[in-house]
Amino acid sequence: MAMTMHVNIVSAENEIYSGTVTQVFAPAEMGEVGIMPRHAPMLSTLKAGEVRVVPQDGEEQSFFVSGGILEIQPHIVTILSDTAMRASDIDEAAAQEAKARAEAAMKDKASDMDYAKAKAELLEAVAQIETLRKLRKKK
Amino acid sequence: MSGAKEIRSKIKSVQNTQKITKAMEMVAASKMRRAQERMRASRPYAEKMRSVLSHLAQAHCEYKHPYLQDREDVKRVGYIVISTDRGLCGGLNTNMFKAAVSEMADWQAKGVEIDLCTIGKKAGVFFSRFSGNIVARAEGLGDQPSNEHLIGTVKVMLDAYDNGEIDRLFLVSNLFVNTMTQSPNVLQLIPATGEVDKELDHHWDYMYEPDTKPIIDALMMRFIESQVYQGVVENVACEMSARMIAMKSATDNASDLIKELQTVYNKARQAAITQEISEIVAGAAAV
Repeated sequence: MAMTMHVNIVSAENEIYSGTVTQVFAPAEMGEVGIMPRHAPMLSTLKAGEVRVVPQDGEEQSFFVSGGILEIQPHIVTILSDTAMRASDIDEAAAQEAKARAEAAMKDKASDMDYAKAKAELLEAVAQIETLRKLRKKK
Repeated sequence: MSGAKEIRSKIKSVQNTQKITKAMEMVAASKMRRAQERMRASRPYAEKMRSVLSHLAQAHCEYKHPYLQDREDVKRVGYIVISTDRGLCGGLNTNMFKAAVSEMADWQAKGVEIDLCTIGKKAGVFFSRFSGNIVARAEGLGDQPSNEHLIGTVKVMLDAYDNGEIDRLFLVSNLFVNTMTQSPNVLQLIPATGEVDKELDHHWDYMYEPDTKPIIDALMMRFIESQVYQGVVENVACEMSARMIAMKSATDNASDLIKELQTVYNKARQAAITQEISEIVAGAAAV
């Protein structure tokens, strides 16, 4: 029997994915991690980026998360995302626009507070665009 | 024709009331559907959050977050009470206040003082009249509450806990069972305890990336926020369902009342006609 584990990807607004998979990739704080069944328990924060799951039967799916928390138990992986959406849902134009806006805001940094916010926005937009690009290459 | 005119105006006023309650019922019904969808959509997040937290509480890690530690000497407790902004929703708020008050009475009997944080106008009004020290209030969240509105109020309570002003934090809200039933519920937020997972009943710990403290801090913040947010979203769904039911029974009552008044009115009208006829007949006989 192939080894599998259960994955739940949830965001504050709704449940994104729930199912049995053989492998998960997630953008952890220290770099992308690939998770196989029977991984040691681990907690990590997530960066904005792409989460990919390889279901037991079926094609690889990818989702976009803009940060959150990853919990790994040997047979359960839980991704508590701040916002998650299907990668193909991301509107490239909207992402580019957000990036431009964030860069403009960074140029005239009114205060540290605004600067930090703008930087976070920029990182998020860049990660979104990156995910889109990867998706496009596959096609 | 005694009282016929008064009865007619009474019927008219009941009919007007019925029109309003009918309209409110329909508005509540349509809002209810959306509110329930929203509640269902955000439920998995709150549930998963709770299960991750209960795993964490079982882990043997070197850093114990203050929200996971049980303080033995309880001098003051905090309550976050979630109510509706508007009334006319049956016994929804009253039942919840009753549950909250009886819970608080238990603490007061033990000589423990209480700090309150109210979300929703009704709770604010009720607890400012009732004894209780309100430290934070949030009102007018509307039908689509957003997390940003709640963070401030919740932070007041968390700061109070961090500073040792309160030793426990509870969340009182309505739990949505189904459209007909909503039940008041008291949840202990801090110290956070989850149901014990038997499978994990051995000595183990997580690996933490990048470091223990920031992760657990971030997780705790999100946990509290998600629980309060879920409470508020659920409360909106409860409010709409309760209002729909209350308005439906008000409309039905109005129909019954109108029917009764109509009978009384007809009787009065017939009596007046009979009297008139008998007067005419009597007058004709006299001639």
